[in-house]
Amino acid sequence: MNTDPAHLSTNEFIKGLWRENPIFVQVLGMCPALAVTNSVINAIAMGLATTFVLIMSSMLVSSLRSFIPRQVRIASYILIIATFVTVAEYFIQAISIELHKNLGAFIALIVVNCLILGRAEAFASKNTIWPAFLDAAGMGLGFTFALICLGGVRELIGNGTLLGYMIFSENYQPWIVMILPGGGFFSLGAWLLLFNWMKSRKERLNLAAENSR
Amino acid sequence: MSLPKKTLEIRTSPHLKSPIQTDTIMRNVVYALLPVAAFAVYLFGLAALLVLLVSTLAAVLTEHFLCILNHRESTIGDWSAVITGLLLGLTLPPALPLWMVACGGIIAIALGKFMFGGLGYNSFNPALVGRAVLQASFPVAITTWYPAMTPDRFSSLPASSLTMPFMKPVWDTVTTATPLGQMKFEHIAAETDKLFFGMSGGSVGETSALIILICGAYLAARNMLNWRIPVTIFAVVAGLTAIFHGISPETYPTPQFMLFSGGLMLGAVFMATDMVASPLTTPGVIVYSAVIGVMIVVIRFWGGLPEGVMYAILFGNAVSPLIERSIQPRVYGTTSRRAKA
Repeated sequence: MNTDPAHLSTNEFIKGLWRENPIFVQVLGMCPALAVTNSVINAIAMGLATTFVLIMSSMLVSSLRSFIPRQVRIASYILIIATFVTVAEYFIQAISIELHKNLGAFIALIVVNCLILGRAEAFASKNTIWPAFLDAAGMGLGFTFALICLGGVRELIGNGTLLGYMIFSENYQPWIVMILPGGGFFSLGAWLLLFNWMKSRKERLNLAAENSR
Repeated sequence: MSLPKKTLEIRTSPHLKSPIQTDTIMRNVVYALLPVAAFAVYLFGLAALLVLLVSTLAAVLTEHFLCILNHRESTIGDWSAVITGLLLGLTLPPALPLWMVACGGIIAIALGKFMFGGLGYNSFNPALVGRAVLQASFPVAITTWYPAMTPDRFSSLPASSLTMPFMKPVWDTVTTATPLGQMKFEHIAAETDKLFFGMSGGSVGETSALIILICGAYLAARNMLNWRIPVTIFAVVAGLTAIFHGISPETYPTPQFMLFSGGLMLGAVFMATDMVASPLTTPGVIVYSAVIGVMIVVIRFWGGLPEGVMYAILFGNAVSPLIERSIQPRVYGTTSRRAKA
Protein backbone atom coordinates (compact mmCIF):
# COMPACT_ATOMS: atom_id res chain seq x y z
CA MET A 1 0.00 0.00 0.00
CA ASN A 2 1.32 3.43 -0.94
CA THR A 3 1.20 5.81 2.03
CA ASP A 4 2.43 8.90 0.21
CA PRO A 5 0.00 11.77 1.18
CA ALA A 6 -0.56 12.87 -2.42
CA HIS A 7 -1.48 9.34 -3.37
CA LEU A 8 -3.86 9.04 -0.42
CA SER A 9 -5.72 12.19 -1.37
CA THR A 10 -6.07 11.08 -4.98
CA ASN A 11 -7.44 7.85 -3.61
CA GLU A 12 -10.09 9.73 -1.60
CA PHE A 13 -11.17 11.40 -4.81
CA ILE A 14 -11.06 8.42 -7.15
CA LYS A 15 -12.88 5.92 -4.91
CA GLY A 16 -16.21 7.73 -5.22
CA LEU A 17 -16.00 7.77 -9.00
CA TRP A 18 -15.60 4.07 -9.46
CA ARG A 19 -14.69 1.62 -6.70
CA GLU A 20 -17.23 2.94 -4.19
CA ASN A 21 -19.59 4.58 -6.65
CA PRO A 22 -22.59 5.80 -4.62
CA ILE A 23 -25.19 4.33 -6.96
CA PHE A 24 -23.62 1.37 -8.69
CA VAL A 25 -21.70 -0.01 -5.71
CA GLN A 26 -23.18 1.44 -2.51
CA VAL A 27 -26.73 1.66 -3.96
CA LEU A 28 -27.43 4.86 -1.99
CA GLY A 29 -29.65 7.79 -2.93
CA MET A 30 -32.06 5.63 -4.92
CA CYS A 31 -34.94 8.09 -4.67
CA PRO A 32 -33.53 10.78 -7.01
CA ALA A 33 -31.72 8.12 -9.04
CA LEU A 34 -34.99 6.50 -10.02
CA ALA A 35 -37.30 9.49 -10.00
CA VAL A 36 -35.66 12.23 -12.03
CA THR A 37 -33.42 10.39 -14.47
CA ASN A 38 -35.93 10.30 -17.31
CA SER A 39 -33.73 12.61 -19.38
CA VAL A 40 -30.03 13.43 -19.45
CA ILE A 41 -30.56 17.10 -18.67
CA ASN A 42 -32.56 16.31 -15.53
CA ALA A 43 -29.90 13.81 -14.50
CA ILE A 44 -27.10 16.35 -14.93
CA ALA A 45 -28.99 19.03 -13.01
CA MET A 46 -29.82 16.67 -10.18
CA GLY A 47 -26.26 15.33 -10.07
CA LEU A 48 -24.65 18.76 -9.98
CA ALA A 49 -27.08 20.08 -7.36
CA THR A 50 -26.33 17.07 -5.16
CA THR A 51 -22.59 17.45 -5.73
CA PHE A 52 -22.73 21.09 -4.70
CA VAL A 53 -24.66 20.31 -1.52
CA LEU A 54 -22.39 17.37 -0.76
CA ILE A 55 -19.14 19.34 -1.14
CA MET A 56 -20.32 22.38 0.83
CA SER A 57 -21.90 20.44 3.67
CA SER A 58 -18.99 18.01 3.94
CA MET A 59 -16.53 20.90 4.25
CA LEU A 60 -18.66 22.68 6.83
CA VAL A 61 -19.26 19.52 8.84
CA SER A 62 -15.55 18.74 8.74
CA SER A 63 -14.59 22.22 9.91
CA LEU A 64 -17.17 22.21 12.71
CA ARG A 65 -16.51 18.62 13.77
CA SER A 66 -14.97 19.50 17.12
CA PHE A 67 -17.77 21.99 17.99
CA ILE A 68 -20.75 19.75 17.32
CA PRO A 69 -21.72 17.68 20.39
CA ARG A 70 -22.10 14.00 19.61
CA GLN A 71 -25.66 13.82 20.92
CA VAL A 72 -27.08 16.34 18.45
CA ARG A 73 -24.82 15.67 15.50
CA ILE A 74 -27.47 14.28 13.14
CA ALA A 75 -29.75 17.28 13.68
CA SER A 76 -26.82 19.62 13.13
CA TYR A 77 -25.82 17.84 9.91
CA ILE A 78 -29.39 18.05 8.61
CA LEU A 79 -29.46 21.77 9.40
CA ILE A 80 -26.22 22.33 7.51
CA ILE A 81 -27.38 20.22 4.56
CA ALA A 82 -30.78 21.93 4.43
CA THR A 83 -29.11 25.34 4.25
CA PHE A 84 -27.19 24.38 1.13
CA VAL A 85 -30.20 22.63 -0.41
CA THR A 86 -32.13 25.90 -0.10
CA VAL A 87 -29.27 27.69 -1.85
CA ALA A 88 -29.28 25.09 -4.63
CA GLU A 89 -33.04 25.21 -5.00
CA TYR A 90 -33.17 28.99 -5.39
CA PHE A 91 -30.24 28.86 -7.79
CA ILE A 92 -31.96 26.32 -10.06
CA GLN A 93 -35.18 28.34 -9.94
CA ALA A 94 -33.23 31.45 -10.96
CA ILE A 95 -31.58 29.87 -14.00
CA SER A 96 -34.46 27.79 -15.35
CA ILE A 97 -38.07 27.64 -14.19
CA GLU A 98 -38.64 24.65 -16.47
CA LEU A 99 -35.83 22.63 -14.95
CA HIS A 100 -37.08 23.54 -11.49
CA LYS A 101 -40.52 22.25 -12.45
CA ASN A 102 -39.11 19.01 -13.90
CA LEU A 103 -37.14 18.20 -10.77
CA GLY A 104 -40.04 19.27 -8.55
CA ALA A 105 -39.96 18.12 -4.96
CA PHE A 106 -36.80 16.11 -5.54
CA ILE A 107 -34.58 19.18 -5.15
CA ALA A 108 -35.90 19.76 -1.64
CA LEU A 109 -35.56 16.04 -1.00
CA ILE A 110 -31.77 16.25 -1.48
CA VAL A 111 -31.83 17.02 2.27
CA VAL A 112 -32.75 13.44 3.05
CA ASN A 113 -30.47 11.87 0.44
CA CYS A 114 -28.73 9.23 2.52
CA LEU A 115 -25.57 9.67 0.47
CA ILE A 116 -24.99 13.19 1.86
CA LEU A 117 -25.80 12.36 5.46
CA GLY A 118 -23.80 9.17 5.07
CA ARG A 119 -20.65 10.99 3.92
CA ALA A 120 -21.05 13.61 6.67
CA GLU A 121 -21.35 10.92 9.33
CA ALA A 122 -18.87 8.41 7.96
CA PHE A 123 -16.17 10.63 6.53
CA ALA A 124 -16.42 14.41 6.98
CA SER A 125 -16.93 14.27 10.75
CA LYS A 126 -13.71 12.27 11.14
CA ASN A 127 -11.41 14.03 8.70
CA THR A 128 -9.92 17.42 8.02
CA ILE A 129 -11.31 19.79 5.42
CA TRP A 130 -9.09 18.85 2.47
CA PRO A 131 -9.78 15.08 2.49
CA ALA A 132 -13.46 15.81 3.21
CA PHE A 133 -13.57 18.03 0.15
CA LEU A 134 -11.90 15.41 -2.04
CA ASP A 135 -14.17 12.67 -0.77
CA ALA A 136 -17.29 14.76 -1.32
CA ALA A 137 -16.20 15.85 -4.79
CA GLY A 138 -15.43 12.26 -5.82
CA MET A 139 -18.70 10.93 -4.44
CA GLY A 140 -20.68 13.79 -5.98
CA LEU A 141 -19.13 13.33 -9.40
CA GLY A 142 -19.58 9.57 -9.15
CA PHE A 143 -23.22 10.16 -8.33
CA THR A 144 -23.59 12.53 -11.28
CA PHE A 145 -21.87 10.04 -13.58
CA ALA A 146 -24.26 7.27 -12.49
CA LEU A 147 -27.31 9.50 -12.95
CA ILE A 148 -26.12 10.40 -16.46
CA CYS A 149 -25.70 6.69 -17.24
CA LEU A 150 -29.27 6.03 -16.13
CA GLY A 151 -30.72 9.14 -17.76
CA GLY A 152 -28.87 8.46 -21.02
CA VAL A 153 -30.27 4.97 -21.41
CA ARG A 154 -33.77 6.02 -20.45
CA GLU A 155 -33.89 9.07 -22.71
CA LEU A 156 -32.35 7.21 -25.64
CA ILE A 157 -34.76 4.27 -25.54
CA GLY A 158 -37.78 6.06 -24.12
CA ASN A 159 -37.69 9.07 -26.39
CA GLY A 160 -35.11 8.39 -29.11
CA THR A 161 -33.12 11.48 -28.13
CA LEU A 162 -30.00 12.44 -26.15
CA LEU A 163 -29.93 15.91 -24.53
CA GLY A 164 -32.90 16.72 -26.75
CA TYR A 165 -31.18 15.85 -30.05
CA MET A 166 -32.70 13.17 -32.29
CA ILE A 167 -30.44 10.13 -32.34
CA PHE A 168 -32.53 7.69 -34.35
CA SER A 169 -34.70 8.42 -37.35
CA GLU A 170 -37.85 10.53 -37.20
CA ASN A 171 -40.00 7.42 -37.20
CA TYR A 172 -38.40 5.80 -34.15
CA GLN A 173 -41.07 4.22 -31.98
CA PRO A 174 -40.32 5.29 -28.38
CA TRP A 175 -40.54 2.71 -25.60
CA ILE A 176 -42.64 4.82 -23.30
CA VAL A 177 -42.12 2.49 -20.35
CA MET A 178 -38.50 3.64 -20.13
CA ILE A 179 -39.42 7.21 -19.18
CA LEU A 180 -42.06 5.98 -16.76
CA PRO A 181 -41.02 4.96 -13.22
CA GLY A 182 -40.77 1.30 -14.28
CA GLY A 183 -38.03 2.17 -16.75
CA GLY A 184 -35.95 3.58 -13.90
CA PHE A 185 -35.95 0.21 -12.20
CA PHE A 186 -35.20 -1.64 -15.44
CA SER A 187 -32.23 0.55 -16.34
CA LEU A 188 -30.87 0.60 -12.78
CA GLY A 189 -31.10 -3.20 -12.72
CA ALA A 190 -29.31 -3.45 -16.05
CA TRP A 191 -26.48 -1.14 -14.94
CA LEU A 192 -26.06 -3.01 -11.64
CA LEU A 193 -25.91 -6.25 -13.62
CA LEU A 194 -23.16 -4.81 -15.82
CA PHE A 195 -21.15 -3.49 -12.86
CA ASN A 196 -21.42 -6.72 -10.90
CA TRP A 197 -20.47 -8.72 -13.95
CA MET A 198 -17.38 -6.55 -14.46
CA LYS A 199 -16.47 -6.91 -10.79
CA SER A 200 -16.77 -10.68 -10.77
CA ARG A 201 -14.83 -10.91 -14.03
CA LYS A 202 -12.00 -8.83 -12.56
CA GLU A 203 -11.92 -11.01 -9.45
CA ARG A 204 -11.83 -14.13 -11.59
CA LEU A 205 -8.95 -12.76 -13.66
CA ASN A 206 -7.03 -11.72 -10.52
CA LEU A 207 -7.51 -15.17 -9.06
CA ALA A 208 -6.33 -16.81 -12.26
CA ALA A 209 -3.27 -14.55 -12.36
CA GLU A 210 -2.43 -15.41 -8.74
CA ASN A 211 -2.84 -19.10 -9.36
CA SER A 212 -0.61 -19.08 -12.41
CA ARG A 213 2.12 -17.24 -10.52
CA MET B 1 -11.40 -41.74 -7.59
CA SER B 2 -14.55 -43.72 -7.92
CA LEU B 3 -17.58 -43.10 -5.74
CA PRO B 4 -18.41 -45.92 -3.32
CA LYS B 5 -21.43 -47.90 -4.41
CA LYS B 6 -24.52 -46.89 -2.49
CA THR B 7 -26.29 -49.76 -0.85
CA LEU B 8 -28.89 -47.66 0.90
CA GLU B 9 -30.30 -44.64 -0.80
CA ILE B 10 -31.69 -41.93 1.46
CA ARG B 11 -33.96 -39.38 -0.09
CA THR B 12 -36.35 -36.71 1.08
CA SER B 13 -40.05 -37.01 0.29
CA PRO B 14 -42.01 -37.24 -2.00
CA HIS B 15 -41.18 -40.89 -2.57
CA LEU B 16 -43.99 -41.61 -4.99
CA LYS B 17 -43.34 -40.35 -8.45
CA SER B 18 -46.16 -39.50 -10.80
CA PRO B 19 -45.76 -40.95 -14.26
CA ILE B 20 -46.91 -37.59 -15.58
CA GLN B 21 -43.88 -35.36 -16.14
CA THR B 22 -43.73 -31.60 -16.55
CA ASP B 23 -43.42 -31.88 -20.30
CA THR B 24 -46.50 -34.12 -20.54
CA ILE B 25 -48.63 -31.49 -18.84
CA MET B 26 -47.10 -28.68 -20.81
CA ARG B 27 -47.62 -30.54 -24.08
CA ASN B 28 -51.27 -31.06 -23.24
CA VAL B 29 -51.70 -27.36 -22.48
CA VAL B 30 -50.25 -26.65 -25.91
CA TYR B 31 -52.75 -29.07 -27.46
CA ALA B 32 -55.53 -27.31 -25.59
CA LEU B 33 -54.37 -23.95 -26.89
CA LEU B 34 -54.27 -25.07 -30.51
CA PRO B 35 -58.06 -24.88 -31.16
CA VAL B 36 -58.07 -21.37 -29.66
CA ALA B 37 -55.21 -20.44 -31.97
CA ALA B 38 -56.90 -22.05 -34.98
CA PHE B 39 -60.10 -20.10 -34.37
CA ALA B 40 -58.05 -16.91 -34.02
CA VAL B 41 -56.46 -17.55 -37.42
CA TYR B 42 -59.90 -18.19 -38.93
CA LEU B 43 -61.15 -14.91 -37.44
CA PHE B 44 -58.24 -12.58 -38.18
CA GLY B 45 -56.45 -14.41 -41.00
CA LEU B 46 -52.76 -14.18 -41.79
CA ALA B 47 -52.11 -11.39 -39.31
CA ALA B 48 -53.06 -13.57 -36.35
CA LEU B 49 -51.09 -16.53 -37.73
CA LEU B 50 -47.96 -14.41 -38.00
CA VAL B 51 -48.43 -12.93 -34.52
CA LEU B 52 -48.70 -16.41 -33.02
CA LEU B 53 -45.74 -17.79 -34.98
CA VAL B 54 -43.48 -14.85 -34.20
CA SER B 55 -44.30 -14.77 -30.49
CA THR B 56 -43.79 -18.52 -30.11
CA LEU B 57 -40.54 -18.50 -32.07
CA ALA B 58 -39.23 -15.51 -30.13
CA ALA B 59 -40.03 -17.16 -26.81
CA VAL B 60 -38.48 -20.52 -27.73
CA LEU B 61 -35.33 -19.03 -29.25
CA THR B 62 -34.84 -16.72 -26.26
CA GLU B 63 -35.16 -19.67 -23.90
CA HIS B 64 -32.64 -21.64 -25.94
CA PHE B 65 -30.04 -18.87 -26.11
CA LEU B 66 -30.38 -17.93 -22.46
CA CYS B 67 -29.84 -21.56 -21.51
CA ILE B 68 -26.68 -21.68 -23.63
CA LEU B 69 -25.46 -18.39 -22.13
CA ASN B 70 -25.97 -19.80 -18.64
CA HIS B 71 -24.11 -23.01 -19.56
CA ARG B 72 -27.24 -25.04 -18.85
CA GLU B 73 -28.89 -27.72 -20.83
CA SER B 74 -31.47 -26.21 -23.14
CA THR B 75 -34.92 -26.44 -21.59
CA ILE B 76 -36.99 -25.88 -24.71
CA GLY B 77 -37.89 -29.58 -24.62
CA ASP B 78 -40.30 -29.06 -21.72
CA TRP B 79 -42.71 -27.07 -23.91
CA SER B 80 -43.14 -24.32 -21.34
CA ALA B 81 -41.59 -21.69 -23.61
CA VAL B 82 -44.02 -22.69 -26.35
CA ILE B 83 -46.93 -22.07 -23.97
CA THR B 84 -45.54 -18.70 -22.94
CA GLY B 85 -45.12 -17.69 -26.57
CA LEU B 86 -48.55 -18.93 -27.63
CA LEU B 87 -50.30 -17.30 -24.68
CA LEU B 88 -48.51 -14.02 -25.30
CA GLY B 89 -49.53 -14.12 -28.96
CA LEU B 90 -53.13 -14.83 -28.00
CA THR B 91 -53.30 -11.71 -25.82
CA LEU B 92 -51.95 -9.30 -28.44
CA PRO B 93 -53.99 -7.36 -30.99
CA PRO B 94 -53.76 -9.02 -34.43
CA ALA B 95 -52.38 -6.02 -36.28
CA LEU B 96 -49.58 -5.30 -33.80
CA PRO B 97 -46.26 -4.76 -35.66
CA LEU B 98 -44.39 -8.07 -35.66
CA TRP B 99 -41.20 -6.56 -34.24
CA MET B 100 -43.16 -5.58 -31.14
CA VAL B 101 -44.49 -9.13 -30.92
CA ALA B 102 -40.93 -10.48 -31.07
CA CYS B 103 -39.77 -8.02 -28.39
CA GLY B 104 -42.68 -9.14 -26.24
CA GLY B 105 -41.63 -12.79 -26.56
CA ILE B 106 -38.03 -11.99 -25.66
CA ILE B 107 -39.07 -9.88 -22.65
CA ALA B 108 -41.55 -12.51 -21.47
CA ILE B 109 -38.88 -15.20 -21.26
CA ALA B 110 -35.87 -13.08 -20.27
CA LEU B 111 -37.53 -10.80 -17.73
CA GLY B 112 -40.54 -12.86 -16.72
CA LYS B 113 -38.87 -16.22 -16.39
CA PHE B 114 -35.07 -16.31 -16.55
CA MET B 115 -34.54 -13.34 -14.30
CA PHE B 116 -36.20 -15.37 -11.56
CA GLY B 117 -34.32 -18.57 -12.34
CA GLY B 118 -36.29 -20.36 -15.03
CA LEU B 119 -39.34 -22.62 -14.96
CA GLY B 120 -40.62 -23.25 -11.46
CA TYR B 121 -39.18 -20.05 -10.01
CA ASN B 122 -41.10 -17.35 -11.86
CA SER B 123 -43.32 -15.40 -9.50
CA PHE B 124 -45.37 -13.94 -12.35
CA ASN B 125 -46.92 -15.48 -15.42
CA PRO B 126 -44.18 -14.83 -18.02
CA ALA B 127 -46.58 -14.20 -20.92
CA LEU B 128 -48.36 -11.51 -18.94
CA VAL B 129 -45.05 -9.89 -17.96
CA GLY B 130 -44.25 -9.63 -21.66
CA ARG B 131 -47.62 -8.15 -22.43
CA ALA B 132 -47.49 -5.70 -19.52
CA VAL B 133 -44.14 -4.34 -20.70
CA LEU B 134 -45.49 -4.01 -24.24
CA GLN B 135 -48.61 -2.26 -22.95
CA ALA B 136 -46.55 0.22 -20.94
CA SER B 137 -44.14 0.78 -23.83
CA PHE B 138 -46.53 1.09 -26.75
CA PRO B 139 -49.90 2.14 -25.32
CA VAL B 140 -51.23 3.23 -28.71
CA ALA B 141 -50.16 0.20 -30.74
CA ILE B 142 -51.50 -2.29 -28.24
CA THR B 143 -54.96 -0.73 -28.16
CA THR B 144 -55.42 -0.37 -31.93
CA TRP B 145 -57.78 -3.17 -32.92
CA TYR B 146 -58.17 -4.76 -36.30
CA PRO B 147 -61.67 -5.82 -37.35
CA ALA B 148 -62.50 -9.54 -37.39
CA MET B 149 -63.72 -11.46 -40.47
CA THR B 150 -62.44 -9.03 -43.11
CA PRO B 151 -62.97 -10.56 -46.59
CA ASP B 152 -59.30 -10.44 -47.66
CA ARG B 153 -57.86 -11.63 -44.36
CA PHE B 154 -56.15 -14.68 -45.90
CA SER B 155 -54.57 -12.86 -48.81
CA SER B 156 -53.29 -9.59 -47.35
CA LEU B 157 -51.76 -8.33 -44.14
CA PRO B 158 -52.62 -5.16 -42.27
CA ALA B 159 -50.13 -2.42 -43.16
CA SER B 160 -48.86 -2.19 -39.62
CA SER B 161 -47.78 -5.84 -39.30
CA LEU B 162 -44.62 -5.54 -41.35
CA THR B 163 -43.34 -2.29 -39.87
CA MET B 164 -39.54 -1.94 -39.91
CA PRO B 165 -38.13 -2.92 -36.50
CA PHE B 166 -38.11 -0.07 -33.96
CA MET B 167 -40.05 2.24 -36.27
CA LYS B 168 -43.49 3.70 -35.75
CA PRO B 169 -46.20 1.65 -37.45
CA VAL B 170 -48.47 3.06 -40.12
CA TRP B 171 -52.05 2.07 -39.32
CA ASP B 172 -54.71 0.86 -41.69
CA THR B 173 -57.61 3.22 -41.84
CA VAL B 174 -60.00 0.46 -40.81
CA THR B 175 -59.76 -0.19 -37.11
CA THR B 176 -62.41 -1.16 -34.66
CA ALA B 177 -63.27 -0.89 -31.00
CA THR B 178 -63.45 -3.86 -28.66
CA PRO B 179 -66.78 -4.64 -26.97
CA LEU B 180 -65.24 -3.59 -23.65
CA GLY B 181 -64.01 -0.30 -25.07
CA GLN B 182 -67.45 0.43 -26.48
CA MET B 183 -68.98 -0.36 -23.13
CA LYS B 184 -66.56 1.86 -21.25
CA PHE B 185 -66.47 4.88 -23.48
CA GLU B 186 -69.76 4.79 -25.42
CA HIS B 187 -71.99 2.64 -23.23
CA ILE B 188 -72.92 0.25 -26.00
CA ALA B 189 -73.16 -3.36 -24.88
CA ALA B 190 -72.53 -6.10 -27.45
CA GLU B 191 -74.92 -9.01 -27.75
CA THR B 192 -74.01 -11.92 -25.54
CA ASP B 193 -74.24 -14.66 -28.17
CA LYS B 194 -71.84 -12.76 -30.43
CA LEU B 195 -69.39 -12.54 -27.55
CA PHE B 196 -69.90 -16.17 -26.61
CA PHE B 197 -68.99 -17.44 -30.08
CA GLY B 198 -66.29 -14.81 -30.50
CA MET B 199 -67.41 -12.89 -33.58
CA SER B 200 -66.04 -9.56 -32.34
CA GLY B 201 -62.90 -7.46 -32.37
CA GLY B 202 -60.24 -7.92 -29.74
CA SER B 203 -56.95 -9.63 -29.05
CA VAL B 204 -55.96 -12.59 -31.21
CA GLY B 205 -57.23 -15.34 -28.97
CA GLU B 206 -59.53 -13.79 -26.42
CA THR B 207 -62.72 -13.65 -28.45
CA SER B 208 -64.44 -17.02 -28.37
CA ALA B 209 -65.60 -17.91 -24.87
CA LEU B 210 -66.99 -21.22 -26.08
CA ILE B 211 -63.75 -22.63 -27.49
CA ILE B 212 -61.71 -21.47 -24.49
CA LEU B 213 -64.20 -23.13 -22.12
CA ILE B 214 -64.12 -26.43 -24.04
CA CYS B 215 -60.30 -26.47 -24.09
CA GLY B 216 -60.21 -25.59 -20.41
CA ALA B 217 -62.65 -28.37 -19.62
CA TYR B 218 -60.39 -30.86 -21.43
CA LEU B 219 -57.43 -29.87 -19.28
CA ALA B 220 -59.49 -29.85 -16.09
CA ALA B 221 -60.83 -33.32 -16.91
CA ARG B 222 -57.27 -34.59 -17.31
CA ASN B 223 -56.42 -32.96 -13.96
CA MET B 224 -53.85 -30.71 -15.57
CA LEU B 225 -55.56 -27.50 -14.58
CA ASN B 226 -57.02 -26.45 -11.27
CA TRP B 227 -60.69 -25.90 -12.13
CA ARG B 228 -61.26 -24.03 -8.86
CA ILE B 229 -59.37 -21.01 -10.17
CA PRO B 230 -61.50 -20.19 -13.24
CA VAL B 231 -64.72 -21.18 -11.48
CA THR B 232 -64.02 -18.90 -8.51
CA ILE B 233 -63.03 -16.02 -10.78
CA PHE B 234 -66.23 -16.43 -12.83
CA ALA B 235 -68.36 -16.62 -9.69
CA VAL B 236 -66.80 -13.54 -8.08
CA VAL B 237 -66.97 -11.46 -11.25
CA ALA B 238 -70.55 -12.53 -12.03
CA GLY B 239 -71.69 -12.01 -8.44
CA LEU B 240 -70.17 -8.55 -8.05
CA THR B 241 -71.42 -7.45 -11.46
CA ALA B 242 -74.92 -8.73 -10.71
CA ILE B 243 -75.02 -6.60 -7.55
CA PHE B 244 -73.89 -3.44 -9.34
CA HIS B 245 -76.06 -4.11 -12.38
CA GLY B 246 -79.01 -4.58 -10.03
CA ILE B 247 -78.33 -1.24 -8.36
CA SER B 248 -77.80 0.74 -11.55
CA PRO B 249 -78.45 -1.09 -14.85
CA GLU B 250 -77.60 2.00 -16.97
CA THR B 251 -74.05 2.42 -15.63
CA TYR B 252 -72.92 -1.15 -15.20
CA PRO B 253 -72.99 -4.01 -17.75
CA THR B 254 -74.73 -7.33 -17.25
CA PRO B 255 -72.88 -10.29 -15.68
CA GLN B 256 -72.95 -12.26 -18.94
CA PHE B 257 -71.36 -9.33 -20.79
CA MET B 258 -68.59 -9.16 -18.17
CA LEU B 259 -67.92 -12.89 -18.36
CA PHE B 260 -67.77 -13.25 -22.11
CA SER B 261 -66.06 -10.01 -23.13
CA GLY B 262 -62.36 -9.17 -23.25
CA GLY B 263 -59.64 -11.41 -21.94
CA LEU B 264 -61.49 -12.75 -18.94
CA MET B 265 -62.03 -16.27 -20.31
CA LEU B 266 -58.52 -16.65 -21.66
CA GLY B 267 -57.01 -15.10 -18.54
CA ALA B 268 -59.04 -17.08 -16.04
CA VAL B 269 -58.65 -20.43 -17.78
CA PHE B 270 -55.10 -20.34 -19.08
CA MET B 271 -53.18 -17.61 -17.24
CA ALA B 272 -54.46 -17.38 -13.68
CA THR B 273 -53.96 -21.16 -13.53
CA ASP B 274 -50.19 -20.85 -14.05
CA MET B 275 -48.93 -23.66 -11.83
CA VAL B 276 -45.88 -21.83 -10.57
CA ALA B 277 -47.41 -18.45 -9.84
CA SER B 278 -50.61 -19.58 -8.11
CA PRO B 279 -50.95 -20.91 -4.53
CA LEU B 280 -50.85 -24.63 -3.75
CA THR B 281 -53.55 -25.23 -1.14
CA THR B 282 -57.25 -25.22 -2.00
CA PRO B 283 -58.21 -22.43 0.45
CA GLY B 284 -55.25 -20.45 -0.87
CA VAL B 285 -56.39 -20.96 -4.45
CA ILE B 286 -59.90 -19.74 -3.59
CA VAL B 287 -58.58 -16.56 -1.94
CA TYR B 288 -56.18 -16.00 -4.84
CA SER B 289 -58.94 -16.33 -7.46
CA ALA B 290 -61.31 -14.14 -5.47
CA VAL B 291 -58.65 -11.42 -5.30
CA ILE B 292 -58.23 -11.64 -9.08
CA GLY B 293 -62.01 -11.51 -9.64
CA VAL B 294 -62.44 -8.43 -7.44
CA MET B 295 -59.51 -6.68 -9.15
CA ILE B 296 -60.98 -7.39 -12.61
CA VAL B 297 -64.29 -5.81 -11.64
CA VAL B 298 -62.63 -2.83 -9.93
CA ILE B 299 -60.35 -2.08 -12.90
CA ARG B 300 -63.08 -2.53 -15.51
CA PHE B 301 -65.64 -0.41 -13.66
CA TRP B 302 -63.58 2.36 -12.14
CA GLY B 303 -60.11 2.13 -13.70
CA GLY B 304 -58.80 4.20 -16.59
CA LEU B 305 -58.50 1.19 -18.91
CA PRO B 306 -61.35 -0.77 -20.44
CA GLU B 307 -59.69 -4.12 -19.67
CA GLY B 308 -58.06 -5.18 -16.42
CA VAL B 309 -57.64 -8.95 -16.56
CA MET B 310 -53.89 -8.77 -17.18
CA TYR B 311 -53.15 -6.45 -14.25
CA ALA B 312 -55.59 -8.34 -12.04
CA ILE B 313 -53.76 -11.63 -12.65
CA LEU B 314 -50.34 -10.06 -12.19
CA PHE B 315 -51.61 -8.61 -8.91
CA GLY B 316 -52.90 -12.03 -7.91
CA ASN B 317 -49.48 -13.55 -8.73
CA ALA B 318 -47.81 -10.88 -6.61
CA VAL B 319 -49.92 -11.60 -3.51
CA SER B 320 -49.93 -15.37 -3.96
CA PRO B 321 -46.84 -15.96 -1.73
CA LEU B 322 -48.55 -13.90 1.00
CA ILE B 323 -51.72 -15.97 0.68
CA GLU B 324 -49.61 -19.11 0.81
CA ARG B 325 -47.94 -17.96 4.01
CA SER B 326 -51.11 -16.94 5.79
CA ILE B 327 -53.09 -20.05 4.85
CA GLN B 328 -50.69 -22.79 5.74
CA PRO B 329 -51.99 -26.25 6.52
CA ARG B 330 -50.92 -27.54 9.89
CA VAL B 331 -48.24 -30.18 9.59
CA TYR B 332 -49.46 -33.43 11.12
CA GLY B 333 -48.28 -33.85 14.67
CA THR B 334 -47.37 -30.23 15.30
CA THR B 335 -49.23 -27.42 16.99
CA SER B 336 -50.49 -24.55 14.90
CA ARG B 337 -48.07 -21.84 13.90
CA ARG B 338 -49.87 -19.16 15.87
CA ALA B 339 -49.98 -21.19 19.06
CA LYS B 340 -46.23 -21.73 18.87
CA ALA B 341 -45.54 -18.03 18.40
